[in-house]
Amino acid sequence: MSAIKPKHQRLVLLVIALIALIGAGLLAAWALRNQASYFYVPSEIVAHPPEADRAVRLGGMVQAGSIKTDPDGVTIHFMVGDGKANVPVVYAGIVPSLFVEGSGVVAEGRMGKDGTFVADNLLAKHDENYVPRELKDMSGAQAKAVVSETSQ
Amino acid sequence: MHIFANPKRFLSLATWLTPMCLVIGLVMAGGALAYGLLYAPADRLMGETVRILYIHVPAAWLGMGGWTTIAVASIVELVWRHPLATIAARAAAVPGAVFTAICLITGSIWGRPTWGTWWVWDGRLTSMLILLFLYFGYIALAGAVNREGASSRIPAIFGIVGAINIPIINRSVVWWNSLHQPPSITLGKSAIDPAFLWPLLIAAVGFSFIFGGVVLARMRMILADIQTEARLRRKALAA
Repeated sequence: MSAIKPKHQRLVLLVIALIALIGAGLLAAWALRNQASYFYVPSEIVAHPPEADRAVRLGGMVQAGSIKTDPDGVTIHFMVGDGKANVPVVYAGIVPSLFVEGSGVVAEGRMGKDGTFVADNLLAKHDENYVPRELKDMSGAQAKAVVSETSQ
Repeated sequence: MHIFANPKRFLSLATWLTPMCLVIGLVMAGGALAYGLLYAPADRLMGETVRILYIHVPAAWLGMGGWTTIAVASIVELVWRHPLATIAARAAAVPGAVFTAICLITGSIWGRPTWGTWWVWDGRLTSMLILLFLYFGYIALAGAVNREGASSRIPAIFGIVGAINIPIINRSVVWWNSLHQPPSITLGKSAIDPAFLWPLLIAAVGFSFIFGGVVLARMRMILADIQTEARLRRKALAA
């Protein structure tokens, strides 16, 4: 019977400990998969509407052509969508400079009784694409294609 | 592996490797930052604030790289009992914490004009803040162990357990809806225009050299500390 070298024994113990650690980490991340999300997407809001007056965040893309400004000049209406569902949003106040149609937004507020999301605050979401101003006249999809073509 | 177990051999190598890393790093990072801040184009949506990218992204990578260094050195210490591994882990903690802090501060400055807020508790930002607190904990623990003379295996275990946060930071924007954007650079692909990407990569390599130089300098400092203490003890015994 040959004894295992202490070095190898330590290595085996460490590998077992690491597997247990990674397993625990993955389990924790899995358990947090809903709670740790920063916002709900429109299809989740439509499928499970939150109670009225519960503070929630709604995140998605501002639908093209949907931004309408009221005559008072500060109240805006727009649609937030995720490709599966759209939620109408109303907001009164100053919008972030990156708030444009076709771009991401996170609205903080609550669901109104008529199915309109009443936002108290808007956060602009920047996507992962970085494009110089020279390419700005292209649409988002075109610019994405140029970037992925030139950066392979 | 044990060629460098002899601190003397390590020191003779580190004596010239330290200034070399620092000089190369300062030239590369300085050049890339100067180019990035003055000549690189402005972004389509973010405008001039895109320039913070050249500091923020390398700082984020090195903040995570610092803890990866601690974790790898801790494994080497626990399994192979390499005497320099303990010292390397302790040396990497402070620059790692500094880069993590730079990442959080520059990110916050960028977030105000871009998102419209200094801070949100989304997955990415929160896990990065936890990394900074882990660094504080590690630095305090390693310092206490060093002063009180307890086993250096205690901070090594902390270093390995804390490493679970690194993949969480990396995946946080994929697993959970977050305000922070998803990764722009994945294996072999980039959503960053080459005009931004090249100075970014050069800055990242430059900052990595600076990081390496600082770790080597701190390892030399810790070794010198150990030597001084041993000498003082011998003198006290002789007297």
